[in-house]
Amino acid sequence: MDYIVFLILFPFLAAAVLAFVKNNTVRKVVVYTSCGLIMAAAVAFAFWHFTEMDGYEHILYLWTGEETHIIDHIMLGAEFLMMIMIIILGIKNKKFFAPFLSVVGTGLMAWFELSGRVNIETNNLYSDQLTVIMFLLIGLVGSLICIYAVGYMKDYHNHHTEFKDRRTFFFPMLFVFLGAMFGLVASSNLMWIYFFWEVTSVASFLLIGYTRTKEAMNNAFRALWMNLLGGLAFGIAVMYSISKLNVITIQNLVDYVDQSAIVIPILLLSFAALTKTAQLPFSKWLLGAMVAPTPTSALLHSATMVKAGVYLLIRLSPALYNTTAGMMVALIGGFTFLIASMLAITVSDGKKVLAYSTISNLGLIVACTGVATEETVWAAILLLIFHAVSKSMMFQAVGAIENATGSRDIEDMHGLIMSLPLLAFIMVIGIAGMFLAPFGMLISKWAALKAFVDAHNIILILSIAFGSATTMLYWTKWLAKILACKAHSTKVDYKTSPGQWFSLIGHALMMIALCLSLPYLSRIVVEPVIAQVYRVAHVSVLTPEDLIIVVVMLVMIFVIPFLSRVIVKHTKSTPNLEYMAGINQGDNRTFEDSFGHIKYNFLSNWYLTDYFGEDKIWKPVVAVAVGIMVVCAGLVISAVSGGGLL
Amino acid sequence: MRLLLVLGYIVLAPLVGGLLAGLDRKLTARMQGRIGPPLLQPFYDVKKLLNKEILLINNMQYLFAWCFIIFIVFTGGMFFAGGNILLVFFVFTTAAMFLVLEATTTNSPYSVMGANREMIQMLSYEPMILLTAVGFYTATEAALGQGTFTIREIISMPVPNVVYIPGIFIGFLFILTIKFRKSPFDISMSHHAHQEMVKGVTTELSGGMMAIIEISHWYENVFLYGIVAMFTLCAEWWSIPLTVGVIALTFFLEVLIDNTSARVKWDTMFKTTWVVTLIFGAINIFILQMFG
Repeated sequence: MDYIVFLILFPFLAAAVLAFVKNNTVRKVVVYTSCGLIMAAAVAFAFWHFTEMDGYEHILYLWTGEETHIIDHIMLGAEFLMMIMIIILGIKNKKFFAPFLSVVGTGLMAWFELSGRVNIETNNLYSDQLTVIMFLLIGLVGSLICIYAVGYMKDYHNHHTEFKDRRTFFFPMLFVFLGAMFGLVASSNLMWIYFFWEVTSVASFLLIGYTRTKEAMNNAFRALWMNLLGGLAFGIAVMYSISKLNVITIQNLVDYVDQSAIVIPILLLSFAALTKTAQLPFSKWLLGAMVAPTPTSALLHSATMVKAGVYLLIRLSPALYNTTAGMMVALIGGFTFLIASMLAITVSDGKKVLAYSTISNLGLIVACTGVATEETVWAAILLLIFHAVSKSMMFQAVGAIENATGSRDIEDMHGLIMSLPLLAFIMVIGIAGMFLAPFGMLISKWAALKAFVDAHNIILILSIAFGSATTMLYWTKWLAKILACKAHSTKVDYKTSPGQWFSLIGHALMMIALCLSLPYLSRIVVEPVIAQVYRVAHVSVLTPEDLIIVVVMLVMIFVIPFLSRVIVKHTKSTPNLEYMAGINQGDNRTFEDSFGHIKYNFLSNWYLTDYFGEDKIWKPVVAVAVGIMVVCAGLVISAVSGGGLL
Repeated sequence: MRLLLVLGYIVLAPLVGGLLAGLDRKLTARMQGRIGPPLLQPFYDVKKLLNKEILLINNMQYLFAWCFIIFIVFTGGMFFAGGNILLVFFVFTTAAMFLVLEATTTNSPYSVMGANREMIQMLSYEPMILLTAVGFYTATEAALGQGTFTIREIISMPVPNVVYIPGIFIGFLFILTIKFRKSPFDISMSHHAHQEMVKGVTTELSGGMMAIIEISHWYENVFLYGIVAMFTLCAEWWSIPLTVGVIALTFFLEVLIDNTSARVKWDTMFKTTWVVTLIFGAINIFILQMFG
């Protein structure tokens, strides 16, 4: 428990210190040390958990009495402060919907808490294998991103002199966010989870608005109202389960004897999770969030914050199995997986592709949790782990590429393997990990498909069949751009800072380690979670034979490049000029066309905007998503009221 | 037995594939009223290619071309070992991607254009490929009560799979034309000269490397006919002659279509393939799951 309390509180302390540090070097020292401590504590906690428990146990922390009431009051006070801040910023920027939601949400919670309706003694903290996985992800990936941010933000302000340097605000927010995430995944008390949930929403809002441009503020407020709407649903769910069911912890809610009594809170919590994971129709906020500096995108919008929603869904999954709420989650997730991957084909901004692919992958994870069989939740957790590491790595790589070349457009990454070989290599690892056989994401997708087939859900089967094709297209064409060898390229003379490299290489090593240890990862880390969630003794999803094939393929992936070097050495070949639609000028870059003009050979990817363009499909797509939600909510409500009438 | 099958595939597939290619050319010539080259012409061609000088733009082409053949052979090997059909398809797609990378890494206009079209082809056929795997699973589920992706079990059902999944079979035959690079869907690379994209994805390959790509296509084609066989093979003896007949008919039909249709634009191919996938593939699975 000491580790947990430390990990929740320490980031807030670090944030407080960083708010007063103006000197660059001092900031670097503080950030590096804090991150080192957080990583060490997270690893130590995981180690302790693995050695002391057999992975199938969990611990309840009965932390009751006066001290927790004080904490409750502190949280309430913090919520009020956030509300006041949102109101002030809202009035300043003439945005009123988000402040309205904030007032309603906070007001309701305050009334509920102060009127003494919450008097259930409970365990506030909880930890099991899933908590450990989340702690490791937040601790390692999150801290590496903060380390990366030090060097990145320095470069960022060198490149963007038009923005005010607000790093004394930026770094504290990153750490506040980390603390809130730790709190969210370690809490068992729904009131606490709700509090940390709101903190992540607000931190995200503040970080998106970092540059304070009009666009940034618009997007920040959009993110805020969407997340607050989810938060409001969360709050109502909490109040409902406390007052109606006398249940205050999420575990007790899921285990509630009468499954028909909890459909409403479960539906509301699922709705909250769907807003947090930026599923349709709420995807716009995550796309808009890309205006923020890269560490924000990496930390909040790929690696951790959106994972809060997924985490909640995994916790809820036993209660989602074969219910209307589960159907809503699965349909929205499957639909989002397909649509976001189509949209990702149509854009060339690297960060935007990553954003769409994040939404798309989250859709797959969400769909898995909605179907909520043992296999799909297994797949969801594996996807979550792989996605967090590889997306965070890719965001950082794109950020570093942007600082080096001044562009994050995929077309400008043409021939990156020649101009920035190391960063290109990192990108290749990330992309391969995302969709190539035999890497982790693909295995999870396989499990998901099998489970969808078993669930006889044709819509999800079609989503994954078509979504896989579109996913493959946008990754392949990006990979192809990076690996194109442009003749006479020179390396870009630019030094990415050591801190950034530390983070990037750290991620790459984690990624490779995760792929290579997949069988163990599945057996030792993920399967116990399933066993805990579903209260079964043992689960195994991959057959040994399949695992052997996967490992053989992994080895091939690493051996083939070396093999081909040997083959190249022993094969005689002559360098040749490309065949062009004119006379190659001898440099493989220019040619003389039929009019005698010298033309530059420019190659571009295809974007299929006529088919998948956002202006074409966005509106119908939102309509469908809203339709799914309304129908499912209607079904739940009619079922509940029908039961009441009977 | 399984090892023998895999070894048999690795050794014999190029021979069978080459013979099929020769037969294809002969048949095509007859349809066009020509005599055509000797049956073994593809082997002579590859032999000649192997003796020629290799002209390449850069060394990355080696890497990806080798990846392509290794992954294709691995796909076929896994298939004939009777493994997991879904895993087989995943590796198969990865192999196809290496061919794309081989083309784009050259930075040459015709290669890259071919590669872009190849990616559209992948986008078009990929859903049907996955639905084919799902179809086999659903068919075994309908017949045996327990679905499976394991090829050994899929081909030892009491009745041929095609009885349950005729729609999937039609959809698969449709995308087979894309995979065989036959007209009207030979948009990324074609065996015929005089065309707007030169030699598409293989424009910048020559000599021995070109031979390797040719041989991998032979491997690939034998594997694809293997998938066709999965639709008709079952535990009964008569399914073997039936399978041979169906494969022969498929072969003939592909050549016939190749010779009687003109290449379509990429978007026509994309649209029709997805529509066919939805109509034949999706509806077949839906009905089977509802009433199977």
